[in-house]
Amino acid sequence: MKTRKKRSSFENNYTAVDALKNGSWLTRLSAVLFGVGCLARGQVIKGVLFLMLEGAVLLYLFQGGIYNLKKLITLGDMEQQKVWNEAKSIYEYVDGDRSLIILLYGIITLGILLAAFLAARSSLKQAYKLETMKKEGKHIPSMREEVQELLNGNLHMSLLLLPVSGVLLFTVLPLVFMISMAFTNYSVENNKLVLFDWVGLENFRKIVDIGGSLGQTFWPVLGWTIIWALAATFSNYFLGMMLALFINWKEIRSKQMWRFFFVLTIAIPHFVTLLIIKSMLQPEGAVNILLRNLGIIGMKESLPFFTNTMWARVSVILINIWVGVPYTLLQVTGILQNIPQELYESARVDGAGPVVTFTKITLPYMLFITTPYLITTFTGNVNSFNVIFLTTEGLPRAVGSTAGKTDLLITWLYKLTIENQYFDVGAVIGIMTFITLAIVSLVTFKFSGSNKNEEAFR
Amino acid sequence: MSGFQRYPLKKKIMVIGAHVFLAILSFIWLMPIFWVVLTSFRGTKGSYSSTFFPSSYTLDNYVKLFTDYSVFHFPKMMFNTFLVAAASCLISTFFVISVAYTLSRLRFKMRKPLMNGAMIIHLFPGFMSMIAVYYIIKMIGWNEGPMLRVAMIAVYAGGAGCSYHIAKGFFDTIPMALDEAALLDGANKWQVLIKIIMPLSKPVVVFTMLTSFAGPFKDFMLAKVLCGPNRDYYTVAVGLYQMLDIEYIDQWFCSFAAGAVVISIPVAILFLCTQKYYVEGVSGAVKG
Repeated sequence: MKTRKKRSSFENNYTAVDALKNGSWLTRLSAVLFGVGCLARGQVIKGVLFLMLEGAVLLYLFQGGIYNLKKLITLGDMEQQKVWNEAKSIYEYVDGDRSLIILLYGIITLGILLAAFLAARSSLKQAYKLETMKKEGKHIPSMREEVQELLNGNLHMSLLLLPVSGVLLFTVLPLVFMISMAFTNYSVENNKLVLFDWVGLENFRKIVDIGGSLGQTFWPVLGWTIIWALAATFSNYFLGMMLALFINWKEIRSKQMWRFFFVLTIAIPHFVTLLIIKSMLQPEGAVNILLRNLGIIGMKESLPFFTNTMWARVSVILINIWVGVPYTLLQVTGILQNIPQELYESARVDGAGPVVTFTKITLPYMLFITTPYLITTFTGNVNSFNVIFLTTEGLPRAVGSTAGKTDLLITWLYKLTIENQYFDVGAVIGIMTFITLAIVSLVTFKFSGSNKNEEAFR
Repeated sequence: MSGFQRYPLKKKIMVIGAHVFLAILSFIWLMPIFWVVLTSFRGTKGSYSSTFFPSSYTLDNYVKLFTDYSVFHFPKMMFNTFLVAAASCLISTFFVISVAYTLSRLRFKMRKPLMNGAMIIHLFPGFMSMIAVYYIIKMIGWNEGPMLRVAMIAVYAGGAGCSYHIAKGFFDTIPMALDEAALLDGANKWQVLIKIIMPLSKPVVVFTMLTSFAGPFKDFMLAKVLCGPNRDYYTVAVGLYQMLDIEYIDQWFCSFAAGAVVISIPVAILFLCTQKYYVEGVSGAVKG
């Protein structure tokens, strides 16, 4: 109940709906003409800023915004044309529409419209607030006071402004752009790389359809992605925990040194170590050479690390253990030291062996604390591009398929988009990955019971 | 060691066995690292060698890396990477600390929605948007010439606001009573951040700075897509990756290993310095 109460304290008393219902005509006008409410009540600078904002939006809309929106509907239909130039008596090329640019500009325009809408709402609220304050005879804050408030009550706005704009521009905008591609036919297929159209849910149908060639690739890749993510997450988790417990055993000397050895692999950029491992595991690579020199395999033989499906799959999981266990080791070591020692004492008194202590005390405690971490690791593994792409490259590949046997959704997405230019299908796969992850995370969170209260220990 | 002498024989064997096991495991564990160091000093060229240990040792691979500019200009790549890393490190530390502090200490209406939004963004495959980023950069006109560096800085730092978790976890562990006392004494919230929280948060600030500094050394995908054929602006990661291209691998493989050693040293030092904060930050973030 406490949290709910707290929440209502920053619920705004001056909502846009109330303003439209109860406000004066001046207040209502400020939804259309931003800032007149502020101007009328003496907040001149703020009012002018609002007006300038509206002016800029309108200017943009007439300069090109409306055109962009209109184009967005069809995504352009004019091809590049040859026009006969009488004067020079040559053919000149006239640029046609480029759907990709139209799509990008259209989305940006929609974003600006959304921002304008939010500004209108804010202007309306401000006007209503000022109106009520005036009626109640309260002091209306001056510009200087408002600026000071930006460092105190409204500090969150000042601090978040730049980071959020960065995220909007470099994370959200690209995501929306890619997501919208999923509903078009932007693809090398049928030569739709310059001009493409909206196709609705057609791409989703193609992917899910088990009879089609894409569907036949999609489901196995999804299956392997899930197997991979589960295997990778749990192998890292349990092996990392076991290694940490083993090093923590009181008989082991120079614990720091052992930990250092294992953690050292994190310190070197992954793309370097993965490329190294790739070259080591080639048929003529260092590992096979070593095994030959040691006489374990014949001089002409080599182990098919990346060429046999089963071997390749096991290899990447093993490589991932090599990559991931140090992280678990680092984190688990800290947490293990936090387990109350009394629990172990009483277990020993009751005559519990090491196995029982592990399954009844260590594991439940760890699981309780690290569930959020497990979800993050799972997400990371589903999207683990480097481990696959830099080692097996998704190979071995079946004939006539765009995805190899070790391809995850993410590496398949890479191959489809950057290598083969099936941008539409690639975007659908990105969305499918998101859906898979969202379901898994939600379900785990629901059942894990560690819906922790983040303020519990203050 | 005196305790060890008095153990029964069976236990002695167990303890020794455990150490031997750890030693073998860490040897296997570190093998790729040994191998890359060995290869960087290897005398014979090419990506394959008929023996595990090189037959002759030389420093030529390092010399070639720093003096042969015919294909790869390694010192220039180092310079690019340092520049991009330094600038993006400053910007993203500012972003991360702002967001983490705001979400940890301040209460406002959009707080939960913002946190949920960040979580949703994390569920999308990271480079799904890479092509889109490329087109946005192209639209702004930063995809060629010196502006490419600005583009890389913007892209590395731009999205930093989303990865606030470790810093927020750290701020969460600082008692709220400190803030309240300062507010009672008439400080405003900005002063609380600058005068009270920041001095207490040096570890996490250092951690954030060092991790974001290491970012451009580790990422090759984004830099590769952004740079395209503009070799002058390659970062070391892109350059090293290119050395393994079919075209160059035979001549450059050992220099690749040398380059890998060269860039691993600063990254490894950074990592070893931040390790402690990493553990603290993470165990702080999941504590409770």
